[in-house]
Amino acid sequence: MPEIKVTPLGAGQDVGRSCILVSIGGKNIMLDCGMHMGYNDDRRFPDFSYVTQNGRLTDFLDCVIISHFHLDHCGALPYMSEMVGYDGPIYMTHPTKAICPILLEDFRKITVDKKGETNFFTSQMIKDCMKKVIPLNLHQTVQVDDELEIKAYYAGHVLGAAMVHIKVGSESVVYTGDYNMTPDRHLGAAWIDKCRPDILISESTYATTIRDSKRCRERDFLKKVHETIERGGKVLIPVFALGRAQELCILLETFWERMNLKAPIYFSTGLTEKANHYYKLFITWTNQKIRKTFVQRNMFEFKHIKAFDRSYADNPGPMVVFATPGMLHAGQSLQIFKKWAGNEKNMVIMPGYCVQGTIGHKILNGQRKLEMEGRATLDVKLQVEYMSFSAHADAKGIMQLIRMAEPRNMLLVHGEAVKMEFLKGKIEQEFSIDCYMPANGETTTVTTNPSVPVDISLNLLKREMALGGPLPDPKKPRTMHGTLIMKENSLKLVSSEQALKELGLNEHQLRFTCRVQLQDPHSDADTLHRIYTHLKSVLKGYTIQHLPDGTVIVESIVIKVSSSAEDSNTKVLLLSWSYQDEDLGSFLSSLLKKGLPSGIC
Amino acid sequence: MKLYCLSGHPTLPCNVLKFKSTTIMLDCGLDTTSVLSFLPLPLIHSPRLSKLPGWVSKDGTINLEKRELLDLSTIDVILISNYHCMMALPYITEHTGFTGTVYATEPTLQIGRLLMEELVNFMERVPKAQSATCWKNKEIQRMLPGPLKDAVDVWTWKRCYSMQEVNSALSKVQLVGYSQKVELFGAVQVSPLSSGYSLGSSNWIIQSHHEKVSYVSGSSLLTTHPQPMDQSSLKNSDVLILTGLTQMPTANPDGMLGEFCSNLAMTIRAGGNVLVPCYSSGVIYDLLECLYQFIESANLGTTPFYFISPIANSSLEFSQIFAELCHNKQTKVYLPEPPFPHAELIQTNKLKHYPSIHGDFSSEFRQPCVVFTGHPSLRFGDVVHFMELWGKSNLNTIIFTEPDFSYLDALAPYQPLAMKCVYCPIDTRLNFHQVSKLLKEVQPLHVVCPEQYTQPPVTQSHRSDLMLELQPPPMPYRRCSVLNLPFRRRYERVYILPELANSLVPSEIKPGVSVATLSAVLHSKDNKHTLQSVPKPPPMPPSKKRKRVIEEPPVALAPKPMLSGAVALEAFLATLQKHGITEVKVEETADGHILHLQAEDTLIQLEEDGTHIVCDSEPLRTTLRDLVLRFLQKL
Repeated sequence: MPEIKVTPLGAGQDVGRSCILVSIGGKNIMLDCGMHMGYNDDRRFPDFSYVTQNGRLTDFLDCVIISHFHLDHCGALPYMSEMVGYDGPIYMTHPTKAICPILLEDFRKITVDKKGETNFFTSQMIKDCMKKVIPLNLHQTVQVDDELEIKAYYAGHVLGAAMVHIKVGSESVVYTGDYNMTPDRHLGAAWIDKCRPDILISESTYATTIRDSKRCRERDFLKKVHETIERGGKVLIPVFALGRAQELCILLETFWERMNLKAPIYFSTGLTEKANHYYKLFITWTNQKIRKTFVQRNMFEFKHIKAFDRSYADNPGPMVVFATPGMLHAGQSLQIFKKWAGNEKNMVIMPGYCVQGTIGHKILNGQRKLEMEGRATLDVKLQVEYMSFSAHADAKGIMQLIRMAEPRNMLLVHGEAVKMEFLKGKIEQEFSIDCYMPANGETTTVTTNPSVPVDISLNLLKREMALGGPLPDPKKPRTMHGTLIMKENSLKLVSSEQALKELGLNEHQLRFTCRVQLQDPHSDADTLHRIYTHLKSVLKGYTIQHLPDGTVIVESIVIKVSSSAEDSNTKVLLLSWSYQDEDLGSFLSSLLKKGLPSGIC
Repeated sequence: MKLYCLSGHPTLPCNVLKFKSTTIMLDCGLDTTSVLSFLPLPLIHSPRLSKLPGWVSKDGTINLEKRELLDLSTIDVILISNYHCMMALPYITEHTGFTGTVYATEPTLQIGRLLMEELVNFMERVPKAQSATCWKNKEIQRMLPGPLKDAVDVWTWKRCYSMQEVNSALSKVQLVGYSQKVELFGAVQVSPLSSGYSLGSSNWIIQSHHEKVSYVSGSSLLTTHPQPMDQSSLKNSDVLILTGLTQMPTANPDGMLGEFCSNLAMTIRAGGNVLVPCYSSGVIYDLLECLYQFIESANLGTTPFYFISPIANSSLEFSQIFAELCHNKQTKVYLPEPPFPHAELIQTNKLKHYPSIHGDFSSEFRQPCVVFTGHPSLRFGDVVHFMELWGKSNLNTIIFTEPDFSYLDALAPYQPLAMKCVYCPIDTRLNFHQVSKLLKEVQPLHVVCPEQYTQPPVTQSHRSDLMLELQPPPMPYRRCSVLNLPFRRRYERVYILPELANSLVPSEIKPGVSVATLSAVLHSKDNKHTLQSVPKPPPMPPSKKRKRVIEEPPVALAPKPMLSGAVALEAFLATLQKHGITEVKVEETADGHILHLQAEDTLIQLEEDGTHIVCDSEPLRTTLRDLVLRFLQKL
């Protein structure tokens, strides 16, 4: 029985360092290669020794696919390809390929230059790694090798996020990466066709949440920002440079314009300007509305939002600052946070998910005293607000995707175990399919039952279709017969006659002849006629012919009559049939042996 | 499998392929050369033009290469290969009962939409008080002067469509990406491949499990802006339909580009203006890129370049967002920088674009300058105005770059003309040399092409290199011909469900060849066929009258298999002996042997290709039957 095996090296009952191994039809594929934000030690990266104890990964993997540019999905890529060693193809979409190396470089700088870690990948390694990347277009079917094909679908989570459909023969797996089923201000909704994969591997970050309408959340967000500004406070919004940031910028930009507000909005430097530029160039990956209007007005050219400088943080008066990174675990957002945390007029709005261990996670859990490096503590007096702007599918969205793709099995990753358990129950109940949620390093095996593709001769098929009539009749299934020829790797289904011809074989005729003695005091011709009438009444639905040359033919069985030499009342019937009519022939001979009923004329 | 050819124009093809119960239209190009028979449509009434003899000053109509060869409403899908080949789309999808889907790549759709918008805009800008149709009547046409008299099929000339029709037609387009596999009704799979000619241009593969048709239209091997041509996917085609080769087989695009630049520089230096009548998308990107490098070296830094078209801005903007489909430009986006250098030309104010000559342009217009504007036929659009404006001075130059129209015909109504005229047609499509190399590589079994490609051009009849020479010779088509494509379908794909597959018992017939007899129920749904095990008949209700059972004729569940092989005499005798039949008299005949089982009074005739058992006792007969069957292969 063919099997598909799925082993998460990361993101199994957890969020962070997504890395999932899939074995399908003899091919091994790594889906995502991320790092964990919550750890600074070995656990930061997936445990590649699971694949091979020593040596390079190239021999063990057929390809690596990266779903989107978030570091928890691609952060370990240079480590994997350059330090562990992998030279095979790495697939990602164009925007991901463009943005991913920038984020990796950023990540490297923070880790190596600021924290002073050694034994980390270098800039050169990032470049070398990106050289192995093959860009993917949406819906393009890419043939990795003769058997393995992959196809990307729009996932809507961030610019360039993709879901992938992986297919070998008639077995297939879909990996969603992170996705969003509701369109937002800058991206469209995820979409997939009814591809009926054997396994759908889905993220489940918001497995238990059903979020209210986006409009409400947006109104809420704007209200909070507005109130803080009105009372002269400062608003800090920690974001990742690409993704939510652009959505919130569009939101604030239009709000500022409508309300004619004057308070400055800043965006932390460097990356972001560049980031907006990416959005302009990859406009085909954004939503319908932006694509339609971009010639007149490019939504990513902001009028009110200006670049941030470190010194601005101490400026008096209200302001809104978008700063990176999004979980307050390092960098500029953390610096500003430290400066502003003491003032209760200020506010920090966390627009996304925070991984355990980060300051973002701590303050969201209500911690008001934070231990900083060097035994200092920080009193958190400013208001902390959480707003889920993360573009992940909620429970409703996940169910919607299952309905779209109609998978045979479901596998959950990228979520917390408790929440997964709940969703798993719901999925099994609603769709009656198996749902798995393996932990890291645990293998899930799903047996598939693929149909066998065979080439049928068109003659046979057409004959069969013509006989079957235009509509199938479930009560009377028609049986077709043929011969399956297995030669090398080809399977051909042909009619028996054609099979003989193709194989160059001679037909062997097997015939039977049988004599039946019958007491029937009539002339030979009359006896024959009586037999004819008798058979007519018994065999309904068979072709029975009485030929003038003194034979009766039932289908292809020949019956002849002659009188016995000794006794003219004893008739000798000769029945002759071929092996193909064996059942009928055998039936007839036993029927006639019983003699003719008297009532026949 | 048939091919209906609706257009005789080799670069603006329109063919319909009937393949496995689907009807697929391949491209619908609009041949606009008929506008050359009309007077230019000036913005302001020009007394000079309206007095010209031999020209009709009537509506801008357009030749539609459609014939009632088949019912357009039966078309299931239309595959578009590039934006030039979709201009007739509204004529086909609107008012014909068409209910199918149109497939095109995103750049093709977007730029195609722009070009249609531009065409409609050009036409509607100069509204006609009345339009004449009576002249299309054969009797009247005969009496008309000049070239119109000789025009063929004028009744197929139609008025230009409206914007509403364009929108409706384009709403039927479904976007596809390169190498995306699109299933049509489960019967056929179509897939666009990069063709390297223009942004989003594609060739198409139309295939089922066993047959493959390639449609090559407007392809280029030159390194210009689009993504390079995907050649390898065209391999192993049964039929390759070849259209859209270069219209200028003798003109080298690079040489023409050089000539373009030098003529441009010369005119500007002499204080004249340069007019470039061109389409608003396509080669213009390459011209601008070339000029971007040329401007500084030629010291033209201060000369203004104007691009005037209702869609100038959109065309320039759209070109920047399809970087994924651009050649050599992807890396620029990663920086991130706009892929085409015309963004920089616009930023530095060297290139300015205007929707028309009205408004801002008239106040900002400085001479000498270079103007890119349409339409290349010189019959409508802003170019008409510039012809009137600059035609009288021999300082000015008009440079033709589009190969679609004869420049002499285009210029005819403007004669006498003082302005210099340069003809540098740039056609990057495949030439005959490239195409024969390509065909050698991909090796299709049959090639179908317009008849023009099977003989040298009329004007250069000695150039036998300007035609296709293939073995076997290509099948030529002309307008309105219907070709029977030369391949027979013999196999179709079915799927055997796992349960049935597991129940099969294969037996080896020859080394490496096994056979298994198969009885199954065929299910056909959406053109997909599956074979299922035969459901077991429900158990017979226990019949009380057991006697009657024998009276029931047998229900043939599975017919007996065909037999093959031969029964070896010695081995058979040995088997008989094992079953207690010992008294066997063997008699040799011409074809084999006759075995006489004396005790049982039974004859068995063994021959090379047949066995005949003559036996009166049913139990013995069945035993013998089974013994014989042991020696034979069942199919």
